[in-house]
Amino acid sequence: MSGNWIEVCGKDEIDEEDVIRFDHGGRTFAVYRSPDDEYFATDGLCTHEHIHLADGLVMDEIIECPKHNGRFNYKTGEAKGAPVCVNLKTYPVRIEGDTVFIAV
Amino acid sequence: MAHFVILGAGECGARAAFALREKGFDGEITLVGAETLHPYERPPLSKAAAADASDPKFIAAAEKYAESGIRLMTGLEAKNFDTASRTVTLSDGTALSYDKLLLATGASARSFPGAPANSPHIRSLRTHHDAAALRDVMKPGRHIAIIGGGFIGLELAATARLHGADVIVIEGLERVLKRGVPEEIAYLLTERHRAEGVDIRCGVSIETLTEEGGKAVIKLSTGEAIAADLALVGIGARPNVDIAERAGLAIDNGIAVDSHLQTSAPDVFAAGDCCSFPLSIYGGRRVRLESWRNAQEQGTLAAANMLVLDEAVSSVPWFWSDQYDLTLQISGLAEGAVTHQRRELGAGAFILFHLDAGGRLIAASGIGPGNAVARDIRLAEMLIAAGARPDPAALAASDIKLKSLLAA
Repeated sequence: MSGNWIEVCGKDEIDEEDVIRFDHGGRTFAVYRSPDDEYFATDGLCTHEHIHLADGLVMDEIIECPKHNGRFNYKTGEAKGAPVCVNLKTYPVRIEGDTVFIAV
Repeated sequence: MAHFVILGAGECGARAAFALREKGFDGEITLVGAETLHPYERPPLSKAAAADASDPKFIAAAEKYAESGIRLMTGLEAKNFDTASRTVTLSDGTALSYDKLLLATGASARSFPGAPANSPHIRSLRTHHDAAALRDVMKPGRHIAIIGGGFIGLELAATARLHGADVIVIEGLERVLKRGVPEEIAYLLTERHRAEGVDIRCGVSIETLTEEGGKAVIKLSTGEAIAADLALVGIGARPNVDIAERAGLAIDNGIAVDSHLQTSAPDVFAAGDCCSFPLSIYGGRRVRLESWRNAQEQGTLAAANMLVLDEAVSSVPWFWSDQYDLTLQISGLAEGAVTHQRRELGAGAFILFHLDAGGRLIAASGIGPGNAVARDIRLAEMLIAAGARPDPAALAASDIKLKSLLAA
């Protein structure tokens, strides 16, 4: 996907092994920072009941939905079992200097 | 070819059927449900589904059952099963032989003693059909009396107020949510309901519940009579154990199972709301849980144990409730707690961490707008599962991340 590169935030605005919500163009994304300082982005809403994933818990490459504990691998978007069965879309992330960009 | 039969096509039964396939079972699977609908999620019934005409939220698309080789038999009740001949008899006379049987029969709403059965003005809420019947009273100018200040009653009170109906909640005990919810949280919810216009009355007993002149009439012990377009009875549920009892299975506040969800009969398992089981993290105390996540997890666990007996119940109980913009989440069982620590999360959200005499974290109860408490309740659940004895001061300190306590 080529997409448009959109500025999200500063690198340090996302804690290690954590996630933030990013809204752009009427859409919501979740942007993650792994423990080894890599950045990832997915759709921001759980595919089960459209809950904001950024309120959920990030641990061991998994984002867990805060409402019903639907789990996804945030690097691949893969749904990891009930109650979710639809994967999340993922988006390329680029770091320029101290700034995080995603391609949407 | 082996044939596994699952009785009960709710959250637990449906999840078990799919989990059997996901775990590699290639024999026959038959899932029997009393309702005519495909399996659906029940949590929305007391929330949005009670007020709008949407379809149920199905657990899986209809075609998914056939694709997965699951024979779904709806609109049929299992009447009996025989553990010697390994046969289940259904309400239409069909006999199914089984190699392994899972009872996921759920629970039924308790009815009010002496109230007329089948009155359109006196109802309970357990099914999509029940929820649909509530819709024409979820309107301005209509009066709803809710008997019982538990989760179902309060969630329905919130839904009814959001849609403009007049609501009174009558609770016999001195406060709402007496079972399992701390007083501070129950108080906050009570105040919120009152601010929204719900008339909550606690410590009031009901003498009679009758139908008169197209209304439900509730006579209180105070002598007052309340007339409502609908009386919703939300006084708890009883496990559906009749079929298990007839088959001679051990019953103990539900169908008694061991930590692998095995009943007292060979190759017969039970899971979800209908069974009681020993919970190792609470010293093997036997509990029965009526919760969405428990039904889901035990369905999956039962599937594993129907294939090979090697997975014991280990999860921490977890409940949630949505009322207005507030979400309540509770992890663990607070019974046995001697102290608690309160952590403020901002915007009125807070969590109470419940500790036992040895300083072990045994439960956490949180409430706040949206999903404000979700992440920390989830972390608390992990701390509880790990048997952690966290520093009480750290639990109360909002600037210390709970995740760091998990790593400690």
